[in-house]
Amino acid sequence: MSNDLVLRVIGRLLIPFILLFALYVQFHGDFGPGGGFQAGVIIAAGLIFFALTHGVNTVRKVVPDWLVETMVASGVLIYAGVGLAGLLFGGNYLDYFVLDHNPVHGQHRGIFWVEVGVATTVSGVMLKIYYMFASRSGLED
Amino acid sequence: MAIAVFALILTRNLFSVIVLSGIYSFLMATILVALDAVDVAMTEASVGAGISTVLLLGALHLCKSKEAKPVHKPWLPLAVSVSTGALLVYGAFGLPEFDDPAAPIHQNVVPRYMQNETDVPNVVTAVLASFRGYDTLGETTVVFTAGAGLIALLRRRKKAAPEGARRKGEA
Amino acid sequence: MVGHFFYIITVFLMIAGLFIIIARGNLIKKLVGLSIFQTSVYMLYIVPGKLVGGTAPILSSQYTLYSNPLPHVLILTAIVVGVATLALGLALAVRIREAYGSIEEDEILARDHAVRATEAAKEEYA
Repeated sequence: MSNDLVLRVIGRLLIPFILLFALYVQFHGDFGPGGGFQAGVIIAAGLIFFALTHGVNTVRKVVPDWLVETMVASGVLIYAGVGLAGLLFGGNYLDYFVLDHNPVHGQHRGIFWVEVGVATTVSGVMLKIYYMFASRSGLED
Repeated sequence: MAIAVFALILTRNLFSVIVLSGIYSFLMATILVALDAVDVAMTEASVGAGISTVLLLGALHLCKSKEAKPVHKPWLPLAVSVSTGALLVYGAFGLPEFDDPAAPIHQNVVPRYMQNETDVPNVVTAVLASFRGYDTLGETTVVFTAGAGLIALLRRRKKAAPEGARRKGEA
Repeated sequence: MVGHFFYIITVFLMIAGLFIIIARGNLIKKLVGLSIFQTSVYMLYIVPGKLVGGTAPILSSQYTLYSNPLPHVLILTAIVVGVATLALGLALAVRIREAYGSIEEDEILARDHAVRATEAAKEEYA
């Protein structure tokens, strides 16, 4: 499959749009359908598509293993950190109303960072899963 | 969708099974859009039809692609499933009807969610990240744990033992 | 009867998944069955939240009737967790294949029995 010219060219052309769409889904999640879970999955799906057409090692150069593993852990830490921030500002754990002088803005800020954490973990885990299966099966070439 | 499910049960070529389950996921996503669950449909289309299909194919690449002919007769499992199903259908008639605004699901906390306290128009996002933040923290941790477990299962050891010795140790 | 029709569809999907899990010996097929079972649970949660004439729960001044957002939230996370656990199951299947050379339940059991029989014979001999 990695030798098909059409697939290679389309993979190269589509990858920016897929990632852009993922970011749109991530940041427009407040107003339309979308959010961290979907955005994370779309990022991972775009990169997996690129890996299928150009080989896993091409993607590994851009998103190396250590980065993926850091993403997996840091997403959960960002999420938990938002909770702790709520504590530091004098509220309850995961209380967003205290994150800004204006409670509603605080909510926006809290939701934003939580979604960032979710997207990071989800895309990291999905990519890592794909890497593990691909490196087992010799799909690297 | 029923056709896809029957084909799934009957097919023994695992490659077709996986492609059929991808089709099934897309049909499921369509139904979810019809049921107004746009966020869920989006997730189902990208996860069910995209990621799981790739993962199943990756796993299939490592295993045999043909299912063995079943040695047991399917009558006992069929009887168990059908009797369970009959029991569940009987029980389902005690549940609220479809499109019943007085059903308990529309009564308890949902009216408060709909008041838009967080000024986020997409209620699903607001509930997910704010009202039920603990839930989502737990779910993220589950995803993290699954990833960690997978790394533990599939990571190649830095110094691989010779094939024969490894086999003996595992058997 | 009409009001409960969707429960019958849900139960059909559920028993289809259950049948695949019980009746088929192939581990990958079992996992596909498990995910069908899972989708039946999605139906069970989402359908009661739908109100005919309502719209998706994205607030706007043009609409007054919305479907229930709570099941959507629960199922959204369930789908992502579901794929993570599916991957974990597949990883187990791959490891089993490496250790036993097969992902058919019967062959794995047969091999286990064979190993146990040889060990018992060895003990008797000693």
